[in-house]
Amino acid sequence: MLEVIGVSKSFDGFMAVSRAQLDVKKGEIVAVIGPNGAGKTTLFNLITGLLKPDSGKILYKGEDITGLDPYEIFRKGISRSFQIVNLFMRLTVFENVQLSILSREKRTWSFFKGASHFFRDETDHVLEQVGLKEKKYTLAGFLSHGEQKILEIAIALGGKPELMILDEPTAGMSPEETFRCMELIRKLREELDLTILFCEHDMDVVFGYANRIMVMVRGETVIQGTCDEIRCDRLVQEAYLGVTHE
Amino acid sequence: MVKNGQGRRILYAILILLFLFPFFAPRFYVYLMSLVLLYGLLATSLNLVLGYGGMFQFHHCVFYGVGAYATALILTKTQLHPIFAFLAAPLSGAMLSLIMGIICVRLSRLYFGMLQISLGSLVWAIVYRWYSFTGGDDGIHGIPVPEIIGSTNGAYYFTLIITGISMFLLYLIVNSPFGKTLQGIRDNALRSEMIGVNVKLHQLAALTIAGFFAGVAGMLFVVVDTTVFPEMLFWTLSLEVLIMCLVGGWFSFLGPMLGAAVILTLRTIVSTYTVYWALVLGITMTLVIFFLPNGILGFLEERLMRGKKADA
Repeated sequence: MLEVIGVSKSFDGFMAVSRAQLDVKKGEIVAVIGPNGAGKTTLFNLITGLLKPDSGKILYKGEDITGLDPYEIFRKGISRSFQIVNLFMRLTVFENVQLSILSREKRTWSFFKGASHFFRDETDHVLEQVGLKEKKYTLAGFLSHGEQKILEIAIALGGKPELMILDEPTAGMSPEETFRCMELIRKLREELDLTILFCEHDMDVVFGYANRIMVMVRGETVIQGTCDEIRCDRLVQEAYLGVTHE
Repeated sequence: MVKNGQGRRILYAILILLFLFPFFAPRFYVYLMSLVLLYGLLATSLNLVLGYGGMFQFHHCVFYGVGAYATALILTKTQLHPIFAFLAAPLSGAMLSLIMGIICVRLSRLYFGMLQISLGSLVWAIVYRWYSFTGGDDGIHGIPVPEIIGSTNGAYYFTLIITGISMFLLYLIVNSPFGKTLQGIRDNALRSEMIGVNVKLHQLAALTIAGFFAGVAGMLFVVVDTTVFPEMLFWTLSLEVLIMCLVGGWFSFLGPMLGAAVILTLRTIVSTYTVYWALVLGITMTLVIFFLPNGILGFLEERLMRGKKADA
């Protein structure tokens, strides 16, 4: 479904991402892991169009999407959530999600009809799926951190994506919140037939939920494989899991 | 805010009072109220891009002044039907706003504001210097306004009706999908882009609409005052309108209107005692920033919300 072929990006000579390789098949949950600064977020920014790669190719469903603008990529069915909470803080929870749907349906150019008449049911439905319906009239800025991270996902869902890219969805969550969030993601994947690409530091989460894992170190793809392959790989153990072989 | 029954009743009461105003108020106050209405409209149009759009439009009066001049010039220099003069104001305001918007919208935040002031001052300089066309710093006086709206009361009712319609349209826009999108851009332009919104294009449309209604306000000033002068495009007036938004509450729809009422009333009272009006304005502004960061109406709404929560 998504193929990243030899993509590189440098900032002032620093290779943030270097010849990264990644492929995601339909229906999979793929995790990207790597130490801080390995280039995971940069890779996601490259896929979603926030940054333009220096070289390499990104294919989505066989179509070249390299260098497209973020809104074009969003409309092709790729949504993302952010590691650092990135919401519309002065709008209500309901409006946050509704805006995403309005944009997807290209209705943002409607001037005189009240916004509350648009996509009420669908917005409610999304909020119900993620369990934020009771909070729908709360301003996003007043939610707890865990709820804000969930709202992140809800906004991404509003785009009716086929591929969801989640940048550290559980960052800053308590263990219990983490568990609920990951269960939610698993449930959404089944209900909505989503493909999910995420990155995460919590190894229990990664090995517990991902079908396959890609390991990045210093911008380069070390390996991509199933959980078992990753666990056994010497290079990964040395570079990331902290095991040294005598 | 107008949604709940109580708010709606208060609004109707205010509208009825405004309609009856000339029957019990002396002529000067009717004139003053006309000014409050049209400045309120001007401030509300600014607030569409400022409070709802998050764009620092520091020099909004340019569109107001250009609208006023368009009306004045057509009324004095041509034989066209006055309706064209009235239509020319919003159209020229919108057009200039669109052109300046195209240049400014690529910059963000403070830089947007600075470039906007520069370009606006350029327009002011042209109006100020072009004696043969605009009358230069003399302005244009005794503009012939159609008889039916020529009297103080006639001008008042004309202003009241046009302002009412404009405010209603702006209210619809603020609450429409476009308005919500604009507020989304204000809160988080990056995320807006990530959910597929063309940010710059929406901002440009908002600027054009704001210019349109600023032009309407300029046209109303010509009707009320029958004069135009270059100070209408000077940046100090823009600052005063900006202050109206902040004093009244820039996150409330009617805040700028209230701000206009407060500032104009204050100016009228203070001016009878001292020439240092700007000093009083400065102190007022400081007090508001310290004690009412969301403006007067923002403060009241907050109190009301808290009261409701306490009841529940």
